Amino acid sequence: MSDKLLLDKPDVAGAQPSGTLAHRRLPRWSPIVIALLAAGLGIGIGNAAGLQSRIQWGLIAALLFVVTTYVVTSVVEDRRQAKDRVATSVVWVCFIVAVVPLVSLAWTTISRGVKLLDGYFLSHSMGGMTNLEEGGGVYHALLGTLEQVGIATLIAAPIGLLTAIYLVEYGGGKLAQAVTFFVDVMTGIPSIVAGLFILAFWNLGLGFGPSGFAGSMALAILMMPVVVRSTEEMLKLVPNELREASLALGVPKWRTILKVVLPTSIGGIATGVMLAVARITGETAPVMLLVFGNSLINPNPFSGAQESLPLYVWNQYKLGNAASIDRAWAGALTLIAFVMLLNLLARGIARWKAPKAVSR
Amino acid sequence: MENSRTSAASPPRPPDDPATALSSSAPAPAADSAPVKGAAVRPGDKVFLGLSRGSGIALLVIMAAIAAFLSYRASIAISKDSVNFLTAFDWNPQADPPVFGIGILAFGTVVSSLIAMAIAVPVAVGIALFISHYAPRKLAAPLGYVIDLLAAVPSIIYGLWGALFLVPYLDGLTRWMDQFLGWTLLFDMSNPGSPARSIFTVGILLAIMILPIITNVSREVFLQSPRMYEEAALALGATRWEVIRMSVLPFGRSGIISASMLGLGRALGETMAVATVLSPGFVFTWHLLDPGSGTFAQNIAAKFNEANDFGRDALIASGLVLFVITLLVNGAARYIIARRKEYSGANA
Repeated sequence: MSDKLLLDKPDVAGAQPSGTLAHRRLPRWSPIVIALLAAGLGIGIGNAAGLQSRIQWGLIAALLFVVTTYVVTSVVEDRRQAKDRVATSVVWVCFIVAVVPLVSLAWTTISRGVKLLDGYFLSHSMGGMTNLEEGGGVYHALLGTLEQVGIATLIAAPIGLLTAIYLVEYGGGKLAQAVTFFVDVMTGIPSIVAGLFILAFWNLGLGFGPSGFAGSMALAILMMPVVVRSTEEMLKLVPNELREASLALGVPKWRTILKVVLPTSIGGIATGVMLAVARITGETAPVMLLVFGNSLINPNPFSGAQESLPLYVWNQYKLGNAASIDRAWAGALTLIAFVMLLNLLARGIARWKAPKAVSR
Repeated sequence: MENSRTSAASPPRPPDDPATALSSSAPAPAADSAPVKGAAVRPGDKVFLGLSRGSGIALLVIMAAIAAFLSYRASIAISKDSVNFLTAFDWNPQADPPVFGIGILAFGTVVSSLIAMAIAVPVAVGIALFISHYAPRKLAAPLGYVIDLLAAVPSIIYGLWGALFLVPYLDGLTRWMDQFLGWTLLFDMSNPGSPARSIFTVGILLAIMILPIITNVSREVFLQSPRMYEEAALALGATRWEVIRMSVLPFGRSGIISASMLGLGRALGETMAVATVLSPGFVFTWHLLDPGSGTFAQNIAAKFNEANDFGRDALIASGLVLFVITLLVNGAARYIIARRKEYSGANA
């Protein structure tokens, strides 16, 4: 790499005929001016040509921005600087191209969801409602989600935690290698495939009907590898000296793990588990196959169809009338708020309980 | 992997290499170290080892069970299929005789994922570079944080936004593509002005969905690129772009590839976002802007409610194909990541 650099140097120097150290440079404000100009032209051209979609305006503006930057810089400075400035402008354009849809997603969800989201919406179900009627609520879905995710966590967290302990504290053999590999593989399973597996095993194989518990099992499958991965990373961060000190005092290994290793890394482990919970809360596909949906309140996750938040959004969207679309947005906002709350909480714990010895 | 190399003698570790130091700091396996004379194996240890090893085995059993149950139900369905399961274009498992195949689904899945990758990978690399090398310091940290959060947005919400917001906005763009790129056949619309619920729109939505994950992984890799190279290049008078092209990108190449594969795995298996946006159809067409086609996951979601037991078996068969494809893609990604770990461990 550095060889290449050295080789590049001579002809670069040759490309600058002036031979002085000070080159002509564009003023610092020039990118901003070019950007404003391009944006203005984009809007102008879009309006003049009668293009309805603002996506086209943006694309025209972005193209103008990059091209103008290149032309202006190669005239005023040299070609190397022009390339550099083009790269900078392309990177900025990438950033804006990505930010626009993501901001629009957040903004749309909030602005359209907030219309219906209130105490009434959170405390009522869809029981006794016709599809076209306005009102109704999300209580049954919220309850279902909490139960399903809770059960999934109860299944997945202990198994994931113990597996990670096995890999880090006892691992090393063939079995540990196999487990590591299959945890990686499991991370990539599409959620619908996990749903199909429980369907094949629990519903078609053993003959049970749809229930919240069936959904929980599929969610647990999706959650396990995430918990294993994050817990493993956290356990590896525990300094070995702590383990050795404890073992040297004659403390049994299992008590060392429970009383020394786990308390040291508990913050990170809790963060990982909560991020995993946040991930499965939004899963729709397995829930749709296994929990089925229900407009009434069914507090029993072990028998009968239940509702869940993502499923509620999907069902209301499918009904497709104005009242149900409003409910879908409000449900979506509830879901996103719930997931974000879990995320923020998880990161809060991570910051609060961060291991002080190892800084990243 | 590296744990296995750690023998009881504990070889000297390079102190400046956190990766190896961490993994080799995992204690020597207790299971195969001979118990010291006089120290009987404590029952607590036995129970704890049994529990944790049991959980590891449980994970393996679950994976095996997934493969076994899906294959079993799929074999029931495929054995009664009257056409070639892999190449047929129809999906009528409840007809007599059953006619179903994954031709359309495979095409739709691959094409939508390819469109998503073509858009998402360059943009994600751009954003990752923006965060790691271009953004003002004050902006970079919160930005990385926001991207982390975006990766957690549930797919159904992307779907809702895609169907109710993106589709109308893409109308103009698709008409444009039809007008100027229609000669490519791919971007020719048979019915200009119909809502953009096509495989192309699905590709764009998937691109937006996988942006955060690709960005996150690439950013991590870019931040790890050796500072020395960058400073050396700068000292030789390289511009910022030359620094990135000559020291950051070559270092991060395999990281970008594996990040893209992870994104691809997610795009292939995405269900709800596709199901909300696409208006599916089982007539094969090269016209990507026309409504129609379908993906594995979307087809399962769409056909599930109307399917009887045999129809569900057929859907499980298509799910098995999806399972195998995502396994291959993710396996390749992990392989590349694992290979990279070794060489970056030497010069990190």
